[in-house]
This record gives sequence, C-alpha cells and structure tokens, in this order.
Amino acid sequence: MSFAYAIPDQRNELLERVESFAPATVSLDRLRAGTPARVLAVKGEGAIARRLMEMGVVPGAPVRVIKVAPLGDPLEVRVRNYHLALRRSEAQTISVVMSDK
Amino acid sequence: MSSTLESPSLTEAPAGAGAGRETRSLAVALAGNPNAGKTSIFNSLTGLRQKVANYPGVTVERKEGLWTLAPDLPPAHLIDLPGLYSLDAASLDEQIARDVLTGRIEGTPAPDVIVAVVDATNLERNLYLVTQLLEMGRPVVIALSMIDLAERAKLEIDPAKLGESLGVKVVPVTAKQRRGLDELARAVLDAVGAEAPVAKWRLSTGAENEVRRLYAVGAASREEALRDLYSDELPADAERREAVEGARERLSRSNPQWWQEPLTARYRWIEQVTEGSVRGAQTTRPSTTERIDRLVTHRFFGPLLLLLVMAVVFQAIFSWATLPMDLIDRGFGALGELTRARMPAGLLTDLLVDGVIAGVGGVLVFLPQILLLFFFIALLEDSGYMSRAAFLMDRLMRGVGLHGKAFMPLLSSFACAIPGIMATRTIENPKDRLATILIAPFMSCSARLPVYTLMIAAFFTDKKLFGFISVGVLLILSMYLLGICVAIIVAWILKHTILKSPPPPLVLELPPYRVPHFLNVAQTMRTRSWLFVKRAGTVILTISILLWALMTFPRSAEKPVPDAQEGGAVQAMRETGVEAKGEPAPGTTVQTAAGAGAESEQLRQSYAGRLGHVIEPLIAPLGFDWKMGIGLIASFAARETIVSTLSIVYNVGKDSEADSPSLIEAVRNAKRPDGSPAWTPLVAVSMMVFFVLACQCMSTVAVVRRETNSWRWPLFMVAYMLVLAYAASFVTYQGGRLLGLG
Repeated sequence: MSFAYAIPDQRNELLERVESFAPATVSLDRLRAGTPARVLAVKGEGAIARRLMEMGVVPGAPVRVIKVAPLGDPLEVRVRNYHLALRRSEAQTISVVMSDK
Repeated sequence: MSSTLESPSLTEAPAGAGAGRETRSLAVALAGNPNAGKTSIFNSLTGLRQKVANYPGVTVERKEGLWTLAPDLPPAHLIDLPGLYSLDAASLDEQIARDVLTGRIEGTPAPDVIVAVVDATNLERNLYLVTQLLEMGRPVVIALSMIDLAERAKLEIDPAKLGESLGVKVVPVTAKQRRGLDELARAVLDAVGAEAPVAKWRLSTGAENEVRRLYAVGAASREEALRDLYSDELPADAERREAVEGARERLSRSNPQWWQEPLTARYRWIEQVTEGSVRGAQTTRPSTTERIDRLVTHRFFGPLLLLLVMAVVFQAIFSWATLPMDLIDRGFGALGELTRARMPAGLLTDLLVDGVIAGVGGVLVFLPQILLLFFFIALLEDSGYMSRAAFLMDRLMRGVGLHGKAFMPLLSSFACAIPGIMATRTIENPKDRLATILIAPFMSCSARLPVYTLMIAAFFTDKKLFGFISVGVLLILSMYLLGICVAIIVAWILKHTILKSPPPPLVLELPPYRVPHFLNVAQTMRTRSWLFVKRAGTVILTISILLWALMTFPRSAEKPVPDAQEGGAVQAMRETGVEAKGEPAPGTTVQTAAGAGAESEQLRQSYAGRLGHVIEPLIAPLGFDWKMGIGLIASFAARETIVSTLSIVYNVGKDSEADSPSLIEAVRNAKRPDGSPAWTPLVAVSMMVFFVLACQCMSTVAVVRRETNSWRWPLFMVAYMLVLAYAASFVTYQGGRLLGLG
C-alpha cells in the first residue's frame, strides 16, 4: 500500500494569490463564532507555528471558532474534532477560508 | 507475527519460540498525547507496583511500573513517558521522551516495544505522535483508548484496518473495565524483536529528492536524513552540514514555508489512513461537554464558578486540614513528652525530642494540606476543568507575563506555598514555571496568621477606623494585598530580566469532561505526598536539628570559653543580661511555667541568642531589638516559630499560643534598655511587613531545591526576598517615624 502524496512546490504562492482574491478569506481571530472554515495557511514562524501545526492546524483542516473567553482573549477553537484554546495573537497568523456548509 | 530477533540483546532467546520465552525482563515505553487515557492504562497495567522519581538532572517526572505480560515471565518494566503532542523536542518533556525512546538516558534501557496510547475519539491529532513514534526504529503497538466513548458517539473504527494501514497492531482497550489488557500484553510479546515499522508518508517530489541526496551524503537512514533537513539542529559532520544547508536553501527558494511540509504531509497521510478505517459520526464531542462548557466558560457565570471552586479548595486546605494537622502536631508533641519521660534527661534526649521528633513532626504536619490539595488538583485535572480555569484566567495572568496555568498554584499558595510550588509542574515552560515558583511564597500563607494574630491582639484590638472598620481586619487585608502587589511586580521584573522569554504561548487543549477515575486520583495523592516526605523531609529534618543545636549550645551551665574573638560577644551578652534583669517584671501573669526562666536563660546564652545580638545593629533600623532578632532567626525554620521563641525570650513558657494573654501582656510590657517600650504599633506593623515578604520557611526552601534541582534558585529566592523584606520594613518603620507614628 502506498500513500505517495505530492504537494506542489508553488503551493504557498498559490495560496497567497487565492487569499488576495477570495473575499471569504480572513485570519482566524476575525472569524465569527460558529462559522465553519478551513485552514488556508499558517503564516507564523518558529516554535509556536510549529506547535499549532503539530496540533493539527495544517492547510485543509476544518476549523471553527466556538467562543471567546470572558476577558476577550483567548479563543476557543474547534479543529479536527477537538477543542483548542488559542490567543488572538496566535489566531492572527492562521488564515482560513470560510466553508460553504 | 514472526520474530526476527536481530537485536543483539535478544540473542539468548531460542529462535522460533517467539520472544515470549525471554528470561530477561523487557522494557516497554508508554507514549501518548495528554488526555488520551494514558495514566488510566498505566495504572491498570501496573496497579500499585509503581515508582515515581525524576530523570537525572531535570525535573521531568519519571514514572515506572511493573507489568506482568505473561504468568511465566518476569514482569516488564513499563516506563510512562510524559504526555506529548510531538517528539520534536521543543519542550523538555519532548526531549526527555525522545531520549528515553532512543536509550540515551542513564539507567533507563531503550524500550523493546513502544506502546502508543491513541484516543479513539480524537484519532487524527493522536495519530500525529504515532507517525513520529513509527520512526524511532522500535516495534510499536497501539492501544486504542476511549473506545467506549467512540461507540457512544456512533463512531465506527475498524482496528484491523487501521492497524493494516499504519503497519502495526491496534488493540482496543478500556482501562476502567480492564477490557483488552490481556490482548495488549500478547501484542507486545508478539512485537518483541519484530522489525520496526516503516513510515509511509511522503513529501513533495522536490523535497523527497533532497532527502535522497542527504541519504547519499551520509545520513544513516531516511529518518535521519529527514531529521537533518527539518530539525533545528544541524549535523556535526561538516560535509553533511553543508549538504543540509544547500538543501534548505534550494527548498526555501521555491517555498518560503518549506519547513511546514513534513507536518502537512504527516496529516495528509493520517487523513488517508482514517478515511479507510473510520466511519460514522463526524462529531465525537459529547453533548454534555458542550452543555457544561456553556456554563463553565460563560462570560459571567464562568468566572463566578471559578471563584466558587477556588473558595472550596481554599477552604479545604485552610480549615479542613487543620483538624488532622492538629492531631499530627499533638501526636508528635505527645511522642516527645513520652520520650522525655522514658529517657534519662540529657543532651541525647533533647536532641531526640526537640531536634528529631520535632523535625519529623514538622515535615508530616504538612501532609494533610498536600494530600487535600493534590486530591483537588487531580480531580480538577482529570475532569478537564483545569484547562478551563487556565482559559478563563489567561488574559489576567498574561498581563504579568505568566501562563494561565500559574493561577492555580499561586492560589493554593495562600494556604501553603509547599503544595502550591509542587503544583507548578503543570506549567511546561521552565522559565514560566520558575517565575511562578519564585513568587509563590509572597502569597500570605496560613503560617503567617499566628504572627498577624499576635501583633494585632497586642496592639490593635478594639481599634476602629471611622468607628466601625476594625483596624486589625484592615491590617490583615493590607498584608495580603501587599504580598499580591509585590508578587506582581517581582513577576514582571523577573520576566523582563533573568527569566526573559517571549510571553508563553497558549496552545491549550480543552478536553471533553470526564468523570475522574478514583484510582488515578488516589495514585496522584500517594506519589506526590511520598515525593514530598522523601525529598523535602530530609532537608527539613537536617535544618531542624541544626536550629535545635543553635538554640541549645553552648549550654548555659558550662562557662563559654572566652577566646579572643568570642570574649567581646560574651561580655556584651553578659551586660545585656544585666540590663534585661533591670527590666521591670513584665506583667503579673508572667512566670507561669517553672522552667521558663531557665529556658529563657539558656536561649540567651546559645549561639542563636548571640546571633540575636550580632544582628541587632542591622535590625535596629527596622525597629527590632535583639530579642526579636532571636525570634527572627528561629522563624527562618518556619514563620510560626517566632511565637514560641518570643514566649521563651519573654519568660512565659514555650507552649504559649499566639493569643495567649500572658504572651500578649509580655509583648506589650517588654522594655528596651532605656526603659522605652520595645514594641510599639509601628514596630508591630514593621514586623508584619517583614513576615509578608521574607522567605522564612525551610520547607519552602527544601521544596524549591527539589523542584528546581539545584541550590541556586532557593538561595536566590531567600536572598532577594530577604532584601525586599528588609527594605519594606525599613521604609515602614522609618517612614512611620518621620510621620510621627513611632
């Protein structure tokens, strides 16, 4: 059984172009609570971006903001069927595209 | 499954019989995400046969237990790794886990088999760690946990198909009902010596070509080539390093986010694996969790509930623990009396009673608080509430530069800093954890209350502000606030200087609520309290004996040898002794105990008494005299000791309580050599301020030593807190005098 999978090398450039055109593209911190979306790109660098991706926030993953903490930060986010608390500053680095459903 | 038995350590096993006939006991590592049910499985497999210690040189907890794989085999050593999301060595836990899996830790053999615990209700994210475990070059068996919850959520997982796609055996396990444990043991025995699995995920063609090129240059395997290319560390070999740098350069030219590729590729593969083996519901989160969270993280009721939970925990450590603590205290007191009665009077008896028995009692008296706090922490942690508390408090704690998880340890420190400091283990980043530890003793703990009580009873009873606000209550409240404010400032300074690190990121899982497992809670309480008794206990006992010696030697009966150096001090002491005799008898209720006078004389003669004199010029600007100095010295063992020490110094017998009328009288009537009162309300406030800020608690020092694994931090803590306490008392006393309050 082989699961060979090819990611086009120009993926990110494409994503950026899509992002600039598609009106449904926002950063995760600006997504309205309850709106289903998919991750388009994680733009951050370093340990935090890596940790986010390890937790399943990779391009294509379904995400949804569930609620905002009482003091306005952090956010409760649903990703890959589990719930994650993220600060706004981290959510800013994640761009998402709203799903149709 | 056929065993290849290639591993050199296994060559003694008869070929073909399967590794099951092993005589050497096997090593098995248990790995998995936090909240995946790993602890429940570990407890079910090992029962009470566990050992908890630290890995050498670090504070990561090392849990090991014995697991009977088959009746005719020696039990296997099961090593419970810390809960992990990844093996990329970003945190200390991850680094340790990686080192254990590769056998690089002294005294911990490389595991023969890795058991990966995978939460069935959260498959995709749990499998991410598995994709990394598959690359460790060891046989892997998957224990699929929470299978009952998955079934309830109408999620169908085909373990056989899942195992086939992953290339390893998958065993569904329900720890609470002990379902699947035998099958897991059999799967582990079958896997011993089997060939390590092969990871099947692939990168883009460009990246794969680079990996192949690195493999050709000298990486030992595809896994090593991948690690060279994508991990932060570069290979030591110059040629290989150059090749890696070249490859990164080429990859980043076509894709600036090139480093994300393995992460994305692993998840793509996971999606393909689960697509073939999982059917049914997309939402596995129980609706009860959603409903509970509607209240628990509610804008208004959430913080209210948190306050309520904290109040219960606080109440428990603060007041419910007092009954068993009194019992322990009295028990050891009685044991001391008994010993004194049965043994001939003398130094040995004194050492045994005042040093050893009092010291052991001083350790054990904290047990009820520690047990209770860890009962609640285990309950809150296991149920899933703890991460909600961090979620609610993060914004506030971040303002100081601390993690949301620092909230709970700091709050428990109001009862006692010892369990509070032990509770900081939930904070992953070592710098954030250290900052939390260093400010925890500023929270006014229960041991300060006797001091506050004595000072207020002596000078502020019945005093009212505007006719109705009790000055005493106001003072105690100000002391609590002072501690909190100083803690906030110190935390801010620490986080911007020696513990400088970026604000801790909050990437925190909010797991579904679960009913806490009794066995897990009991185990946490057991292991934590044992750790405290064993490690902190030895330090506390030592210091307790040392303090006893300081207050006992030289004996008042023997004439101190007046050598050149000591002569002056002794002379000075004799003079003050005369002056002390010149004092008017302090009150009518004094001289209750027959031996009080002798005790008092002994203390004055002792090294502690001399030290009191030596430090008098130093503490005079704070408003303290040498008698208070003795109390301060003794209080570095534990704050409340100042009450009993002052009782001895003022001749009222050492068993006086903080609210004993004779002690209060004695304090009010104590005079300085010039006849002015030794204590004034201003001196009392200065003393209280000193007690808020100084780290006068050898148990705290011992626990910090244990938790940070060095003497550097506890000594730093004592020193900086002492400086702060001195400065604050100085400002209080001198400022007060300038305002005409003295």
